[in-house]
Amino acid sequence: MSCAETEILLHALLDGELDVGHARDVETHLQGCPRCAAQFRAHREMQQAMSAAQLRYTAPMSLRRRIEMTLPSAPQRTSSRRSVLKGFVMGTALSTAMAASLVIAVIRTDPDQRVLGDVVSAHVRSLQGDHLTDVQTSDQHTVKPWFNGKLDIAPPVVDLTAQGFTLLGGRLDYIDGKTVASIVYRRRTHVINLFVTQGAVSEAQGARLETMQGFNIRRWSAQGLEFFAISDINADELQEFADKFEAAFHSSSET
Amino acid sequence: MLDRPRRHGLAVAWKAGGGIMAGDGSDAHQDKARRFRDAALPHLNDAYTLARFLLRDAADAEDAVQECYLRALRYFDTFRGTDIKPWLFAILRNICRGEFARRSRVTLAIDDTTDDADDAAPLWQEEQASPETEMVRQWDAETIRRLVAELPDPFREAIVLREINDLSYSEIADVVGVPIGTVMSRLARARSMLRKAWIAEEGLPT
Repeated sequence: MSCAETEILLHALLDGELDVGHARDVETHLQGCPRCAAQFRAHREMQQAMSAAQLRYTAPMSLRRRIEMTLPSAPQRTSSRRSVLKGFVMGTALSTAMAASLVIAVIRTDPDQRVLGDVVSAHVRSLQGDHLTDVQTSDQHTVKPWFNGKLDIAPPVVDLTAQGFTLLGGRLDYIDGKTVASIVYRRRTHVINLFVTQGAVSEAQGARLETMQGFNIRRWSAQGLEFFAISDINADELQEFADKFEAAFHSSSET
Repeated sequence: MLDRPRRHGLAVAWKAGGGIMAGDGSDAHQDKARRFRDAALPHLNDAYTLARFLLRDAADAEDAVQECYLRALRYFDTFRGTDIKPWLFAILRNICRGEFARRSRVTLAIDDTTDDADDAAPLWQEEQASPETEMVRQWDAETIRRLVAELPDPFREAIVLREINDLSYSEIADVVGVPIGTVMSRLARARSMLRKAWIAEEGLPT
């Protein structure tokens, strides 16, 4: 696929409008073409910024009233609706299946799972193409100021190279409708993304280890921030990473 | 490659005029009004948003949306689709572009030069961006709305329908009345133009 085609089709990819075959073609091109990949990322960032910004207007109440007044008043007979409900309550095989699918829908939209799903997607994305880091350096004093002004939090950046986790750099990513910091580490050949986002102070939760799509995710919160460390390294090593990060974070914030 | 456009029965005959419903208060009449209310009113904020972006004026947008709902109720019988939103938007867009624009305080420079202009010009040839300039700044909603409002009509319309009203390509094609390929190329242009304005905004004194 050529750059000219990709320049257009990457938008269809962004919008989820491509069939599987063409999506793969575009992705393959993006992996081999830094210029198109940069464009794709820039457009994706802009799309995410737009969706996060709540650009929709709310219709004035006066307009709503004016329109409602032009509609003939609704009669208070709801018989047709009631009979629909009755059919549902009577419990046909269809409605049972429907109820089951509703339950699945509810489970799938559990916000916690959605956040974890976002974490996994962001991690997988970071490993594709060449967008692991926006600022690439092993110097924590370069990574930390890079986040300044890009986020409303100051993510802690600690160098754990001596402890076996090499700092690769930092990146902005997007999780649960928010722009978050990702601090990227390497353990041997494995990449660890540490996502840092503003934590919900009221519901401080203890550290948890979760597994999703084969990735280990360790999440914890500290000092008003929420952390998600994700990698394909084993759970013990991820635990070790989190412990060392926490230890270094605490000692650095105390001095 | 792309999904085929879905047809929403957009051949709305409202231009032909015709009497408004006789207000006879019959059951059928009441039933239609209720069905219309249930189907169309949930989209009021979306419709108002589209009108705000197309007309760039709050008072005009209110009038256009009210007119849209009046016409939509009148021709609700002709609606044959499953999703009323694109149908409603097509009516609203016609109002915004048509007679409403003529008496509007805001003069809309409508691009009726088909789509040659869209396709002939190449996309912005962007320089190889450094990681630093690749990042787009997070503007607040008011700034983004202004940047979008400054886009030329066909591009503003495409990006509002996609990014803000959340329509699919085929739905946009139905609303605007162009092939899906044109929707896609307009979106590509719209995003490139918006991105350029977005970056230029950073250089401006705040």
